[in-house]
Amino acid sequence: MEFLSYLISGVSLGSVYAIIALGYTMVYGIAKMLNFAHGDVIMVGGYVSLMAMTGLGLPWWLAVVLAMLACTVLGVVIEGLAYKPLRAAPSLAVLITAIGVSYFLQNSALLIWGANPKAYTPIISGAVKLFDGKLSISYVSILTVVMCLVIMVALTLFTGKTRMGKAMRACSEDKAAAQLMGINVNRTISMTFAIGSALAAIAGVLLCSSYTSLMPTTGSMPGIKAFTAAVFGGIGSIPGALLGGILLGIIESMAKAYISTQLANSIVFAVLIIMLLVRPAGLLGKYVPEKV
Amino acid sequence: MKKLKKTTAIDFVTYAGVILAFVVITVLKDQGMLTRSLKGQLVPICCYIVMAISLNLTVGVLGELSLGHAGFMSVGAFSGVVAAMGLQSAIPSEPLRLAIALVVGALFAAMAGAIVGVPVLRLRGDYLAIVTLAFGEIIKELINCLIVGVDSQGLHLIFNATGTKGVNDLGLLEGGKVLIKGAQGATGTQTIASFTAGFILIMVSLVVVLNLVRSRSGRAIMALRDNRIAAESVGINVTKYKLMAFVTSAALAGAAGALYGLNFSNLVATKFDFNTSILVLVFVVLGGLGNIWGSILAATVLTILPEALRGFDDYRMLIYAVVLILVMLATNNPQLKALLAKLIPHSRKGEEVNA
Amino acid sequence: MPKLHSQNDSPLVPLPTDSYIPARDLHKSPVLEARHLGIDFGGLTAVDDFNLTIGRTEIAGLIGPNGAGKTTVFNLLTKVYQPTRGTIMIDGIDTHGMTTAQVNKLGVARTFQNIRLFDNLSVEDNVKLGMHNQIKYGMVSGILRLPAYWKQERIAHERALELLSIFDMQDLAGAKAGSLPYGAQRRLEIVRALGTNPSLLLLDEPAAGMNPSETAELMENIIKIRDTFQIAIMLIEHDMNLVMGICEGICVLNFGKVIAKGTPEDIQSNPVVIEAYLGKKKEA
Repeated sequence: MEFLSYLISGVSLGSVYAIIALGYTMVYGIAKMLNFAHGDVIMVGGYVSLMAMTGLGLPWWLAVVLAMLACTVLGVVIEGLAYKPLRAAPSLAVLITAIGVSYFLQNSALLIWGANPKAYTPIISGAVKLFDGKLSISYVSILTVVMCLVIMVALTLFTGKTRMGKAMRACSEDKAAAQLMGINVNRTISMTFAIGSALAAIAGVLLCSSYTSLMPTTGSMPGIKAFTAAVFGGIGSIPGALLGGILLGIIESMAKAYISTQLANSIVFAVLIIMLLVRPAGLLGKYVPEKV
Repeated sequence: MKKLKKTTAIDFVTYAGVILAFVVITVLKDQGMLTRSLKGQLVPICCYIVMAISLNLTVGVLGELSLGHAGFMSVGAFSGVVAAMGLQSAIPSEPLRLAIALVVGALFAAMAGAIVGVPVLRLRGDYLAIVTLAFGEIIKELINCLIVGVDSQGLHLIFNATGTKGVNDLGLLEGGKVLIKGAQGATGTQTIASFTAGFILIMVSLVVVLNLVRSRSGRAIMALRDNRIAAESVGINVTKYKLMAFVTSAALAGAAGALYGLNFSNLVATKFDFNTSILVLVFVVLGGLGNIWGSILAATVLTILPEALRGFDDYRMLIYAVVLILVMLATNNPQLKALLAKLIPHSRKGEEVNA
Repeated sequence: MPKLHSQNDSPLVPLPTDSYIPARDLHKSPVLEARHLGIDFGGLTAVDDFNLTIGRTEIAGLIGPNGAGKTTVFNLLTKVYQPTRGTIMIDGIDTHGMTTAQVNKLGVARTFQNIRLFDNLSVEDNVKLGMHNQIKYGMVSGILRLPAYWKQERIAHERALELLSIFDMQDLAGAKAGSLPYGAQRRLEIVRALGTNPSLLLLDEPAAGMNPSETAELMENIIKIRDTFQIAIMLIEHDMNLVMGICEGICVLNFGKVIAKGTPEDIQSNPVVIEAYLGKKKEA
């Protein structure tokens, strides 16, 4: 019974990682950059939704919409100001800039909302009780998993069937060729960041609902772990993000329960390192050899 | 040989500058003209300078982004503390003990560098960066599990993975001392670090890095940065030179860590986290990738400045972040680069570039 | 470090344009022997059943339409790609499982189709990197500036200038490699490759982007290099004047397979080759 409980919390945690990982993987696929600031956009989503609910007294679904709007705008602005000018620059420069943006967001949040953790009331409370009350699954967990699957299906349909989705796939294969085909690369990249950031907002709301607290640094570690999940599942692959996220969530939950709480993060990272050594493309990714 | 003269001149000025700064500051210190806060910062500044120089070797010279550099500092700090405190009775001379601690710190960090380097250096770019970050976090968590004590019988060590063990499980004899208390870190350390030792460490780092870069091995390392495939085509063993740069960088960071650890009576492993790694990265980027004297300047200025601007402490990291973004945008802007090339004579086309 | 030697005992005397080109000498052990070499990329067979023997001091040409697999062959010979099938013998030694660096130490040097210089380093440093394995001192000697460092660096400096003088580039020694004009960059790549003291030099489109007079000068220099260093040279080229002018043996590739091998005269009149380049002749 305990095992089941840990498994479920692992799947729930993994679903959040998967939603975040989607944002990473989409941006990496198209812009070939690791958006370090992604985790912090999650945090912003959390704060905006919190302010909407407590400060403005809005119902939770409106707060979520507001958070998604705010994060979308934030994501597009960041891309336009900080990343777009560096499209031709070496990847080291872009990575460092992304780190700068991440720090900027964290410290802005620190100044605006303070360092003290804020209590976050989950958007739904209550739980389902099974097996005579021995197993309790919170509604938040169920919502998280459901949202993750819904988003996954929606994104797969979007990239597969819609024009914009196909444009995104084209840009991730070959930007120059896509442009020659009449695709507006700038708009496509901005759209990718927009979608990724909107997903980050959802992830932020779900994450904060699970952990019921929020700090400026809340997004940082989940962001890093979600990137780990994206790489683990195969960067650039949507089902890879799902698989990677869920698996990593389960591994983390099990490690915390059965091996050591202190070393749970280390175990998650160790899994990443081993995966990158054994299969650099990840579980579902494809290896692209360098052209000489 | 015009080329040799120019880089030799720059190196000479770097050494001279450091020596001059040391002499001036020591004089000011002895005359009691330094503020208390500045005096307390002297050793940490030396540590951050060495951290910046060593990270520049990895990021600027080898061209690989390492986001876990603080991990090596951490390994050096805690092994240095254990060495210094463990040898307290055996070696009464403080400077000698400090020197041994620095070497021990460097050695352990070098080993960590080799262990991390062998798997990591097979990867490239972003993947390498995220894995170094992962290792930095792993090192932090592993050290948090260490419980170390010393008594007349020698060193006692417990790896407290499950969190169930405590100080009492060490089984120390009467008169024994606990050196590292798990997550609480190193406590009760005798602070034997000195500004002179810091100065000597900086000079050693300079000699190692500058001489390495201007030698055959340094050329090979830079070749890996500029064009790995071409480097292989001229018979350069990629793994060997990547490891060389990485391990040397780690060793120097370890020595800096040992000095840092012996400057404070209490030290926790969480001090050496991702934020510290980023801090040092900012020094290196702002000072110029591959530019050693730039790292020294940036590390010094950016460590002193927040103290001087106490009132703005809240905004410090925010300003760091903005400056970092602006510098990155500026240095990669084609129009700005062309403008700078016109203004600064030595970056004219056709002239040789400093490392 | 082996000294440069020329036919006339004095260093690098320019040879007359009608110098004697030795016949292909297969009695000496070939410097390169490739047998049934092949590689697949996923479902695509890029090179198949490639067989080639190059004599000790032969100048050989590898030609074929675009996409025929010529650079892929170079990449296989230098182990940038590990072959899926076949063997490569350099100086009689099987290179199975070797890395690019190991093959270079065995005596194979190359230049690249898209120039790969160490852009941020000086011209002289680029050449010294070519000489990396010939300069004998290690990391510790470098850091501690032991006598070996000073002696070896001085020798390396002199030798680098000597090599650069093949193309009269010694005055550019201090310039940043990335700032050189295109033609000079191509020549620098050749000098750097020569620094590795090879027995086989692979040149990938050395005349790309050159005008006729530069190409003529390059032709002279390639022969000069072969005669001075007594090495074999294989070049990939599209410029037929160059290929027919200096190559003693030519191998023609199409769709990853060898379609013809022989002297320039053989190749020029070979109908299979003509068809590969120009397409089938229309029926009357």
